[in-house]
Amino acid sequence: MTVVAHRPRIAVAVFPGTWSERDFIHVASEVLGWDPYPVWHLEERIGDCDAVVLPGGFAHGDHLRTGAIARFSPLMRAVEDFAEAGGPVIGSCNGFQVLTEAGMLPGALLRNDHLEFRCDWQWLRVEHPESAPAWLGDLSDGDSIRLPISHGEGRYVADAETLDGLEAGGRVVLRYADAGGAVSDEANPNGSERGIAGIVNAAGNVLGLMPHPERAAEPEVGGTDGLRLFRSLERWLQGRPAAAERRL
Amino acid sequence: MRWLAEVHVSLRPGIADPEGQTIGSALRSLGYETVAEVRSGKLLRIAFEAGGSSDAEATVAEMCRRLLANPVMETARWELRADEQQDAEEAVPS
Repeated sequence: MTVVAHRPRIAVAVFPGTWSERDFIHVASEVLGWDPYPVWHLEERIGDCDAVVLPGGFAHGDHLRTGAIARFSPLMRAVEDFAEAGGPVIGSCNGFQVLTEAGMLPGALLRNDHLEFRCDWQWLRVEHPESAPAWLGDLSDGDSIRLPISHGEGRYVADAETLDGLEAGGRVVLRYADAGGAVSDEANPNGSERGIAGIVNAAGNVLGLMPHPERAAEPEVGGTDGLRLFRSLERWLQGRPAAAERRL
Repeated sequence: MRWLAEVHVSLRPGIADPEGQTIGSALRSLGYETVAEVRSGKLLRIAFEAGGSSDAEATVAEMCRRLLANPVMETARWELRADEQQDAEEAVPS
């Protein structure tokens, strides 16, 4: 078997009102040398890709509920199929909201408890990176990373049973923390239950997080911790012969 | 037959409603000290065609389940009535 290295091909979903797709595409192509491409939400196929990005923004104007209308886009059926087959999917900010509305991740994201839109740098504590190897494989349990947040509706809510299940299964992978890694009410920017900033599905391939890794990928913008997620994906893809073999 | 549904979507009890809380404190600051709680929600007025009332009822229930309310954090209730005014307008040739 010969594993042929290739540039990761990344499908970036675009809904009416999505605003972070260009940042993801910029980072993937200009910073990482990958091969990203946008896919309009009315498409029924996601294309031949190694991973799917659901970027931030305000899909369909956030009307009714954030992500509620986007989940019915034809493209989402293709994203669900891709995820069911084990393909890596990341939903950041509005993308996380879409994933919860689509039932691909549990819980929901509601209005920040203080009602303010919060746009800031935020420290996060990494937990159980092994639960999301495609996205957090290069990180270690207890790592602190600093990423931008930019949302008005990021308060993660689920019933106690769901929250307990997520924690017991090691599926809470990012929590809002202070610079020292301590999770507290003061460090929580939106009132999320148990400081939850990111969770992963049971299969470990679908990650949802409110922060924006694509906005922390170059020193010029104030930080590069977001690159650690993309590097994780790159390494994970390289270690997966099936992904490379498709291109032999 | 034309039906009119008024669907009220609200957060489940126990889910914090910062918008309702803020409106509540605004009311108290205006002197309505007796306001104990405000819960916010949405009102959706939906005009649609359906057969009999059981058809219409089932359709609204399905709309709520599939789109209008997210059961993770919301509940929906509704009032349904025949849109007689609309039916009358359509019956009279212009």
